[in-house]
Amino acid sequence: MMVRVLCFLLMVFGAAPVLAQNGPLRIEITEGVIEPLPFAVPDLVPETAGSAEMGAQLARVIAADLTGTGLFRELPASAFISQVSDFGAPVQYADWKAINAQALVTGAVSVQGNQVTVKFRLYDVFSGTELGDGLQFAGTTDGWRRIAHKVADAVYSRITGEGGYFDSRVVFVSETGPKAERRKRLAIMDYDGANVQYLTGSEAIVLAPRFSANGDRVLYTSYETGFPRIYVLDVGSVQRRVLESQQGTMSFAPRFAPDGQTVVYSVSQGSNTDIYSMRVSTGQATRLTNAPSIETAPSFSPDGSQIVFESDRSGSQQLYVMPASGGEARRISFGEGRYGTPVWSPRGDLIAFTKQSKGRFHIGVMRNDGSEERLLTASFLDEGPTWSPNGRVIMFARETQGAAGRSSLYSVDITGRNLRPVRTPEGGSDPSWGPLQP
Amino acid sequence: MKLKTSALMLCAALAVAACTNPNRFDNPAGGAGVTDPFASDVVPGSASDPASPAYFQQAVGDRVLFAVDQSTLTPEGRATLDGQAVWLLSNGDYTAVIEGHADEQGTREYNLALGARRADAARSYLVSQGVPASRLQVVSYGKERPIEVCSDETCYAKNRRAVTVLAGGLTG
Repeated sequence: MMVRVLCFLLMVFGAAPVLAQNGPLRIEITEGVIEPLPFAVPDLVPETAGSAEMGAQLARVIAADLTGTGLFRELPASAFISQVSDFGAPVQYADWKAINAQALVTGAVSVQGNQVTVKFRLYDVFSGTELGDGLQFAGTTDGWRRIAHKVADAVYSRITGEGGYFDSRVVFVSETGPKAERRKRLAIMDYDGANVQYLTGSEAIVLAPRFSANGDRVLYTSYETGFPRIYVLDVGSVQRRVLESQQGTMSFAPRFAPDGQTVVYSVSQGSNTDIYSMRVSTGQATRLTNAPSIETAPSFSPDGSQIVFESDRSGSQQLYVMPASGGEARRISFGEGRYGTPVWSPRGDLIAFTKQSKGRFHIGVMRNDGSEERLLTASFLDEGPTWSPNGRVIMFARETQGAAGRSSLYSVDITGRNLRPVRTPEGGSDPSWGPLQP
Repeated sequence: MKLKTSALMLCAALAVAACTNPNRFDNPAGGAGVTDPFASDVVPGSASDPASPAYFQQAVGDRVLFAVDQSTLTPEGRATLDGQAVWLLSNGDYTAVIEGHADEQGTREYNLALGARRADAARSYLVSQGVPASRLQVVSYGKERPIEVCSDETCYAKNRRAVTVLAGGLTG
């Protein structure tokens, strides 16, 4: 299901594209925003017979992507004064200005056989100009949602100046059944919960899948031998194999290095849990920590030079950073409570974590040196943050209290705003957000 | 022959339990098996048969409990493990997997490591009492398999456990 991106210059009116930095249509999302920016996405204009429905569906997904960021507010079609029935016709800026649409996305769609082609343009209504060039995307009909995500990513990028994250996937644990006999299986889905596919059965407990940086493979822990072991699964072929492990030990909490060649993980032997790294190709393992305490949940910095992990060597769970080859570790968390599951942001500037304090769980972020800690959520049980490809959004799992407690996925902006459920067919936990797809 | 061995073992277990954990006699299954092991109504394989896994589970006690975020054995836990050791030494056909568990108040990975600590605490104690290490394996389930599902201490206390699960027993 490849989506071809054809960077057509669709500027037919001779106007130079407005540089995003100069135009008024700009959201600085690092600021403490905000009043969401009003936008309109009329149904895409059908250019072939029978593609009207596809045009409407595409517009809905584009709008949902943008609205879901919390940065944009969609204007309903019922408010529109002018209709877009010809993709090439000049935009009636006054009509869109009158309903206070600051951004206007127009598009056209043609369907031939199982091929879909989508063109779109983004307009800055108040300055009466087009923002960036028109783009064309082509793909198969069964991949139509990806095309909508690509359009929304382009719109988001042009207005915010940040990379998008809509055309991405999440691997997670899909859960059914009561707490005492919960059945878990690996699943993969679009970032918005669509197109869920199951990657394993639920005969054995599976935990904490983790994408490789390019999204080609997933590491996870399974009890299929009766003991926790780490498996690597090829996303394309859904073939999997177990990683080497020593008899009488348990291995879990794996993560890929950014280059995809090395895995860091935890091994429990006797009462002790330490962190190891392994070359995937050779199975050769190296011990990175050597302490009688619990060392687990390692995560690489995006440049691969450092590892953040959790340890209770001080007497309680705290976060530490060490060189990727092991050695001296520096404690970075000093607040009240326990800190676990650290994950380095893809931008390298922040570390997300789970914090337990006063009987509550929080998802939070701090700088790499532990400063500027900020808690984004609070509940009975929040845990396991994962970063969107652009480092702006965190997805995590929230478990509700009591006998009927259920785990589901949520996302929140790193500002702490826009907490939203990610709807999945069953319960969900342990999300791992993959890269923006090519 | 078999019965005699089992009966001796049983007396030892009984003595230990009597010293440290009188509450164990509140267990009706245990009580029935213990008061008269020579009674004619012993059903092989049932909890009234001292060589049975059911007896191990119910009369000896297959689990020990832990305090919050701890893996130190309590006096009650050691007494239970004393009984397990005696039973395992008398029933050499069995091997065991000791499952370590945590309550839900903790992150997944940490709880896996904590469950490993708890399973190992039980295993090390059994080994110290003479059970061959080769007969004992450990596995941690972290917080994946609670037995009680409420979200308060009454349930959590029962979930923070190490459970000795028997396997084998060819002549059982």
